[in-house]
Amino acid sequence: MICQECKQRPATLHFTKIINGEKTEVHLCEHCAQERGEMLMFSENAGFSINNLLAGLLNLESPLKEAKTSAFQGPEILQCERCKMTYHQFTKVGRFGCSDCYHTFSRHLQPILRRLHSGNATHAGKIPKRIGGAIHIRKQIEKLKQKLQDLIVREEFEKAANVRDEIRSLESRLMEYGEGGL
Amino acid sequence: MSLEKFLNTAVSSWMSQEGPDSDIVLSSRIRLARNIEDFQFPTVFTNEEAQEIVDLFEKTFAYKSYVPFGKFELLKMNELQPIEKRVLVEKHLISPHLAEDCAFGACLLSENEEVSIMINEEDHIRIQCLFPGLQLTEALDVANQLDDWIETHVNYAFDEKRGYLTSCPTNVGTGMRASVMMHLPALVLTQQMNRIIPAINQLGLVVRGTYGEGSEALGNIFQISNQITLGKSEEDIVEDLKSVVQQLIAQERMAREALVKTSNIQLEDRIFRSYGILTNSRIIESKEAAQCLSDVRLGIDLGYIRNVSRSILNELMILMQPGFLQQYAGGALRPSERDVRRATLIRERLKMEERKYQEMEGDEE
Ligand SMILES: [Zn+2]
Ligand SMILES: [Zn+2]
Repeated sequence: MICQECKQRPATLHFTKIINGEKTEVHLCEHCAQERGEMLMFSENAGFSINNLLAGLLNLESPLKEAKTSAFQGPEILQCERCKMTYHQFTKVGRFGCSDCYHTFSRHLQPILRRLHSGNATHAGKIPKRIGGAIHIRKQIEKLKQKLQDLIVREEFEKAANVRDEIRSLESRLMEYGEGGL
Repeated sequence: MSLEKFLNTAVSSWMSQEGPDSDIVLSSRIRLARNIEDFQFPTVFTNEEAQEIVDLFEKTFAYKSYVPFGKFELLKMNELQPIEKRVLVEKHLISPHLAEDCAFGACLLSENEEVSIMINEEDHIRIQCLFPGLQLTEALDVANQLDDWIETHVNYAFDEKRGYLTSCPTNVGTGMRASVMMHLPALVLTQQMNRIIPAINQLGLVVRGTYGEGSEALGNIFQISNQITLGKSEEDIVEDLKSVVQQLIAQERMAREALVKTSNIQLEDRIFRSYGILTNSRIIESKEAAQCLSDVRLGIDLGYIRNVSRSILNELMILMQPGFLQQYAGGALRPSERDVRRATLIRERLKMEERKYQEMEGDEE
């Protein structure tokens, strides 16, 4: 096979990249790969290592899942209503189609996320200012409730009453965000 | 185009300025991945959706000033020449993926080139901040401000449990990739990298050389970044990365001291041979050039070479890449022509340094 970049030297390096959900094979000679490598070095999508890792993970998942569904008889097709991506497609591509996919595939996602993120599956970082308003308040309430408990245990009732008032005012603010909160 | 003029337009601030620990840490970068709730992810979105996102950014953010970055310029990928795109990639302002594969890709670029916001890459929005030296916290701070600025105009795809929702499950949560580029010649020379890389991997960090992994890195430059984006806060991820980087800095400094002590003359010989190659060769491949630049940079850091500025490694590693060489040449070049061009560029650039230092010495008299 000839290198697709210079079309002179034989291609010795082969990898797969995924563009808009389609797999493309890339075949390069060492010289051209090196030049690409320089570009890739700094890029976040120094794609192949992470892609391969992910593909490996997802493929690990699927035989198990297939075994399970076949026991149930009739393959249940899990599909995102909004973007129409199926779980099967997701395992092939390693990319979601829309934000709803996270909800649709959530049952399968937990173990995958845990393996990708050293056992973690729950966000612990930044919360967006605007749409996160309700979340901020709920987290604050959780913290205050904990504080309230501590104060009661220590019998500091005056302080506890203040904290309880704070919780009430936050709860009424939360109501303004509507039933679901977010 | 004269070399001086070319350099003026080609060199971004993070390449030429110094930062904390910049004898070993070349640059720090924070990238935040974000998506807009109202649109499908770039994996499947329609052309209409893609166009709408570009329009939104053009209308809302382009040509607006955001202190202290000045005005943001919007570059649309389909309006750029291949060489122009390649140059942006080589400057690390956009990814190869955005340049090559994203039909509706665009980039918001700040005047000082410290900030670039890629649009319609793997995610709708990728905010990138690039600083010289070890400045991860500073870069995170700026990235957060830009993130808040954008969030005042769009609804982010966010979930209380999973965090910022991204196309790829490897980015979900914080959507943040923090990375530093480190020059570690002494750890390579003393063959310690093979031992160190697996140890760093164990801590949930990724080490990359030129080919994505392995200990053989072009110019002894390694990129170290976080792998995990879920379950840890941005600040914790940055702190953990920083503490590993600081340990690596200490080890590299120790290895340099040991090298000077045990093989001073061999080291000096190696450094000046490389300097000789760079100042004299007529044909040079990027691999050899990178190795020689690494040696010369080490020679500057250790005080063997005094009349060359430190930023030469950062700068020439970027400028000797094919896109820049072709831009400098003003047209397409075959690989063999590039090797000749590369040798010329490096020779001329080092001559500029010589002249600069001669003038400085002249002033002192
Ligand atoms: Zn080739
Ligand atoms: Zn979906």
